[in-house]
Amino acid sequence: MPYLGSEDVVKELKKALCNPHIQADRLRYRNVIQRVIRMSKLDQWGQAEVLNFLLRYQPRSEEELFDILNLLDSFLKSSSPGVVMGATKLFLVLAKKFPHVQTDVLVRVKGPLLAACSSESRELCFAALCHVRQILHSLPGHFSSHYKKFFCSYSEPHYIKLQKVEVLCELVNDENVQQVLEELRGYCTDVSADFSQAAIFAIGGIARTYTDQCVQILTELLGLRQEHITTVVVQTFRDLVWLCPQCTEAVCQALPGCEENIQDSEGKQALIWLLGVHGERIPNAPYVLEDFVENVKSETFPAVKMELLTALLRLFLSRPAECQDMLGRLLYYCIEEEKDMAVRDRGLFYYRLLLVGIDEVKRVLCSPKSDPSLGLLEDPAERPVNSWASDFNTLVPVYGRARWATISKCQGAKHHGPELPNTASFATSGSLIPEENKETIQELPDSGALMLVPNLQLTAEYFEKTWLSLKVAHQQVLPWQGAVHADTLQMALQVVNIQTIAMSRAGARPWKAYLSAQDDSGCLFLTELLLEPENSEIQISVKQNEARTETLNSFISVLETVIRTIGDIKS
Amino acid sequence: MISQFFILSSKGDPLIYKDFRGDSGGRDVAELFYRKLTGLPGDESPVVMHHDDRHFIHIRHSGLYLVATTSENISPFSLLELLSRLATLLGDYCGSLGEGTISRNVALVYELLDEVLDYGYIQTTSTEMLRNFIQTEPVVSKPFSLFDLSSVGLFGAETQQSKVAPSSAASRPVLSSRTDQSQKNEVFLDVVERLSVLIASNGSLLKVDVQGEIRLKSFLPSGSEIRIGLTEEFCVGKSELRGYGPGIRVDEVSFHSSVHLDEFESHRILRLQPAQGELTVMRYQLSDDLASPLPFRLFPSVQWDRGSGRLQVYLKLRCDLPPKSQALNVRLHLPLPRGVVSLSQELSSPEQKAELGEGALRWDLPRVQGGSQLSGLFQMDVPGPPGPPSHGPSTSAPPLGLGPASLSFELPRHTCSGLQVRFLRLTFRPCGNANPHKWVRHLSHSDAYVIRI
Repeated sequence: MPYLGSEDVVKELKKALCNPHIQADRLRYRNVIQRVIRMSKLDQWGQAEVLNFLLRYQPRSEEELFDILNLLDSFLKSSSPGVVMGATKLFLVLAKKFPHVQTDVLVRVKGPLLAACSSESRELCFAALCHVRQILHSLPGHFSSHYKKFFCSYSEPHYIKLQKVEVLCELVNDENVQQVLEELRGYCTDVSADFSQAAIFAIGGIARTYTDQCVQILTELLGLRQEHITTVVVQTFRDLVWLCPQCTEAVCQALPGCEENIQDSEGKQALIWLLGVHGERIPNAPYVLEDFVENVKSETFPAVKMELLTALLRLFLSRPAECQDMLGRLLYYCIEEEKDMAVRDRGLFYYRLLLVGIDEVKRVLCSPKSDPSLGLLEDPAERPVNSWASDFNTLVPVYGRARWATISKCQGAKHHGPELPNTASFATSGSLIPEENKETIQELPDSGALMLVPNLQLTAEYFEKTWLSLKVAHQQVLPWQGAVHADTLQMALQVVNIQTIAMSRAGARPWKAYLSAQDDSGCLFLTELLLEPENSEIQISVKQNEARTETLNSFISVLETVIRTIGDIKS
Repeated sequence: MISQFFILSSKGDPLIYKDFRGDSGGRDVAELFYRKLTGLPGDESPVVMHHDDRHFIHIRHSGLYLVATTSENISPFSLLELLSRLATLLGDYCGSLGEGTISRNVALVYELLDEVLDYGYIQTTSTEMLRNFIQTEPVVSKPFSLFDLSSVGLFGAETQQSKVAPSSAASRPVLSSRTDQSQKNEVFLDVVERLSVLIASNGSLLKVDVQGEIRLKSFLPSGSEIRIGLTEEFCVGKSELRGYGPGIRVDEVSFHSSVHLDEFESHRILRLQPAQGELTVMRYQLSDDLASPLPFRLFPSVQWDRGSGRLQVYLKLRCDLPPKSQALNVRLHLPLPRGVVSLSQELSSPEQKAELGEGALRWDLPRVQGGSQLSGLFQMDVPGPPGPPSHGPSTSAPPLGLGPASLSFELPRHTCSGLQVRFLRLTFRPCGNANPHKWVRHLSHSDAYVIRI
């Protein structure tokens, strides 16, 4: 047990958190917790540990919750950043039903976080910046008035500058957009190519809301004729015209001339795409593409050649006279002389399409030129604080959600059963799941012909009898973190028509649950869920009263999807 | 909590390695860390790295890497705080933190780690508690002796030694030789401010930020109580008003947990019983509203002839400090456009030095007196595609790559916010021996002073 000040304190904590008798007696439990909180002789490490332990406590009433929050108030003013962040996390987790309390505590922690962002210790600065970004996901205007603190300094290491640029991009609002854009404009001409490219992408991000100013800045940057700048600007333009079609005119006017300065694959692809889709507004589009066609033999990147094929065909539809000849030459080269099979196949496909007729070509190739609704889909709408509150003050914001998901998957799943098709595709990219949203679970891919009967009424005795008479058909282990929220799991299973017969009380070790489901042909699936005391994996055992493998597999994939989704919501 | 802790030199040689949990699986964790650190792609941060279900967190301090590994998802703030505290603690015990001192005091370091961390859990980092357990004595390098210097004249050698502040204080171990109390009865108080400034190309001030700390290094026996008196007109926050003048204002203040603030409200006096070693008594920050003028203003004028590629940069540096103050070790760093290989210079005074290195101009001014103006004229050729021939040099947009000028300097005996320590008194001495020496120093230095051209 870590050193917390005295033996008595340690005994009290152990008593409160582990002894089921005390847990059952609410008054005694509450008294112990109160005494733990009031301890004054702890040093900063002890305080941080106590705040961590208290995360497991569930206050029983609103009054008790506010009592505890009042007692914890002084921790928020501590001089140790670990204690302040631990207290903030505890507030956010305990007050999950009171969003105004959460917002209030986030306002109070603004000061210490900003102080940490300007700390002498680079590493502390970095951790604080990651947490600032986390907060900005839910409260975008939170740090808008302090934008100056996030201006990059000349001597900072690269990783801190990148984080600051991201933060600047996210805290833009009407009042500070002018200054922020000017600052970012200064970074675009920085000596370090990586940093200037990151700044340009950030301006592209801001351009989705403040299109005109950003397009103007980007056009000016094109005038510098610097290779690393031009390629990124053209890529940004490509993304921008897709989301904000109103700037297409300005972009088309800026494009002529930049083909001389682009040498890398990404830039070329972006330029060619723009010329193909919006070629009718750019006067010299066919001539630029002709240049590319002339040099296609020496072109090293197959992706560029693919893009060139599509773009030229599109341009041919709108300006046939100018493009006919070079289209012919390009197709001839791609089909007869090209060594890369993907390019050759695409050339062949377009050739055959042309043989079918021009109407067919138009039908296939005339795709929409922009899709503003994609912008809304991509931008994660302000996520509720509860979705990341339990990740605050842990390593998750420091890595970023996407990276954390890959790390926890590496640490996890050991499959014992047969390899199942991975239907849990939306459970992998964490940032796009709307949490606590039961609708996503309803959209489960229809796994084969499995239709589970709703409102199955199975008595406990029948379940027990059937359970004992059958043998285990399938066993599997899934990674799991933390305790189980019984209500959430039960409701999620209900949505897919899996009935819960019995569940252990939360916090019981080991934790068990028994589920049953029946499909429309009368086949019964009985399931046991077992959570080991170490809380790192959940064991599923399924019994079937008729031996049918494909329905069994379908049922298991449904169950697995539900459990993974619930697991990912919390972790 | 922590599985392993190790210290690497700047080249990756392990100096200290301690395994708390024994779960390294037989691999050389330190080697793994260093390889991962040097092979990290540019956009990933090295602060927290992940390999093979363990997380590596490290800080860089005095050129050393202090690394902790863990397999749990713990708070990064607590862990970084622990690593910083360990760095300070090792510095207190060994004198200073560096490759040499660690290698000389390996036994002491391991003993400290044993007491501070038990099975990876933090027991205590308080020097008071640790004193009772640490037995090993630190090994210090040979003490500084004036007779080693060949350039110092023999005359006046004794007087120099008595007047100069003991320069070994910074590197002397605090917590050693308990028998030798009388020799080291001193306390050092530093008010250190870091100034960050950003000035736009038209001369307007975009950002100014001052981060200040009051640091205490105490060799006094524990149990002594000291009182630090700050300027009485010191106000915290925008609405407070004390005294009759504009006052000295800071935005936010935070104190160490052991400081008693009962007299702070009334008389701006801090009272504390410091443990031996280093301690940050108070931290404060101030932005956007500096009472005193900025120490330096730069007036650049750039003339660039695109046709011939000739670039002429005239820099006038004006120091706005009060006439009695001075700035030391002033260095101006100006990145130049790519391809510049040589430049000619005219400087206004002989003790300055300017040279071209790594694509940038470095102009060194060892001492700048307050109120003075210094200038330098630099001419160079910028290679590149010849632009349209212009009619002689013009003052249009400067060439790409003529980057922002950054200044670094130290301002001794000066605080940008105006905060001063009025007095430092010892109110209670447990041993009642000779009067301890008290040294108070105010210092500001630049953190990032950037002027855009």
